[in-house]
Amino acid sequence: MGETIAILTIFVLAVFVGFEVITKVPPILHTPLMSGSNAISGITIIGAILSAGTQYSTLTTVLGTAAVVFATINVVGGYLVTNRMLDMFKRKE
Amino acid sequence: MSPDLVRFAYLVAASLFVFGLKGLSHPRTAVRGNRLSALGMFIAIVVTLIDQQIVRFEFIVAGIVLGGAIGAIWALKVPMTAMPQFVGLCNGFGGGASVLVAGAAYVEAVLRSADTISMQFGIATMASGLIGGVTFWGSLIAFGKLQGIVSEKAVRFTGDHVLKGLFLLAGLAAGVLGILQPENTQYFWIMVAIASVLGILLVVPIGGADMPVVIALLNSYSGMAAAATGFVLSNNVLIISGSLVGASGFILTSIMCKAMNRSLANVMFAGVGGDSGGDDAGPADDLYEGKVKSTTAEEVAMVLDSARRVVFVPGYGMAVAQAQHAVRDLANLLEADGIEVEFAIHPVAGRMPGHMNVLLAEADVPYDRLKEMDEANTGFEQTDVTIVIGANDVVNPLARDAADTPLTGMPILNVDKSRTVVVIKRSLSPGFAGIPNPLFAADNCLMLFADGKDAVQQLTAAVNEI
Repeated sequence: MGETIAILTIFVLAVFVGFEVITKVPPILHTPLMSGSNAISGITIIGAILSAGTQYSTLTTVLGTAAVVFATINVVGGYLVTNRMLDMFKRKE
Repeated sequence: MSPDLVRFAYLVAASLFVFGLKGLSHPRTAVRGNRLSALGMFIAIVVTLIDQQIVRFEFIVAGIVLGGAIGAIWALKVPMTAMPQFVGLCNGFGGGASVLVAGAAYVEAVLRSADTISMQFGIATMASGLIGGVTFWGSLIAFGKLQGIVSEKAVRFTGDHVLKGLFLLAGLAAGVLGILQPENTQYFWIMVAIASVLGILLVVPIGGADMPVVIALLNSYSGMAAAATGFVLSNNVLIISGSLVGASGFILTSIMCKAMNRSLANVMFAGVGGDSGGDDAGPADDLYEGKVKSTTAEEVAMVLDSARRVVFVPGYGMAVAQAQHAVRDLANLLEADGIEVEFAIHPVAGRMPGHMNVLLAEADVPYDRLKEMDEANTGFEQTDVTIVIGANDVVNPLARDAADTPLTGMPILNVDKSRTVVVIKRSLSPGFAGIPNPLFAADNCLMLFADGKDAVQQLTAAVNEI
């Protein structure tokens, strides 16, 4: 139970941080915000890597590998497309 | 690597994500922010790879190579007009990855020892499966709608709310059974299947112009699914990242709803934009009869010649016509003549939050010319010519002046306050809300009936000739 409370605390505080930080993003950057946050949600890749790599059973390896593919698309695609967009905003200062 | 060191590296990664999002508070710092965030991700991945729990790398490498290639090619090739689809599908992949990771962890835990599965683990696994399943399939439908594979119309049928309610209850029931009897893994998979159908049912009845809300909401869900998976694995960096994304999507969702003066429940369940447009033809004819003034590019060029301040109001039609570069050319030409040029952007113009800004940035329009609704609305009275291109409902004065229309109460761009309004549009057909727009019949409004891109190019040519 102690551990649950500890990570629940982290969760709630992170939500507050999220609200504080995101409300300062101006509307012109809302699309890059979405693609950039998509890339961040690709963090599930670390869970996927562990499932695909620990080889506990065939099923977990298959699920883990599929998750690695999905999450990598999110991470690589998300950061690259965000970079592409933000470069366009930067070009003309 | 010691577990503490791994956790410390995850903390560094989470901090970099926060710094990255903070960087997005200004276009100047945004590129660096995005790179910091990517660095955080890189650290998290590398640390995980050298974690000694991993016994074989070939599947991981294969997955990363495949996913990386798909992601990279796609991200570099996708046109800016297709960005809503891109983000929509990415939301789905995020949700899908969360379900798969939670499922794998669950299967492994049951194989190890079903008796030691904690309540936290059970609840989190089921939450991840439910939210992730809805996100994955809902996003696929959203992608299909934006890509034109699935009908953009609000597809409704009798009793669809009841059906959705039943599926939600069934999904929750399967989840509860799974929590109570963790050794029966089939409950999890049944629940994921139910959540998948629920995701489809939830998005199919939502029309094209409500897509900004749906995309933002699914963005939020993908974050929540990641956070739930964090609870499954008791992993802080997943929880922190997931909550950041969840909060971001939630804020965008509420901004979009506010910009349409509708509640989230209304957007999700009222199904505006169905197949009812035909009934409104009668009153529309009365409204427009004899009052609509059709104009030509040459005539508009003459009006522009004497203007000192011009505002462009882009809408989804500009994206469809791919007219952003043509608009930029015209804007540059006007500026070269000493005219003050601005762009007024409504929050829900387009198919996702910020859609118009990205298109105009792609066309090299400096970001300080892009004005948000409130700021733009202070300037229309001093504007000589406002050029509306591919927007309709967001400039409909009925939203401001009339009671009991589908648009009533929605904040609009008050383009009718400017001296002359030029509306570039192919016909007088109503916008997404299905109601006529009295702006088109207003005394100060000129209609330029044409395809958006052609019309702007003709305008540019005509201005050049003067």
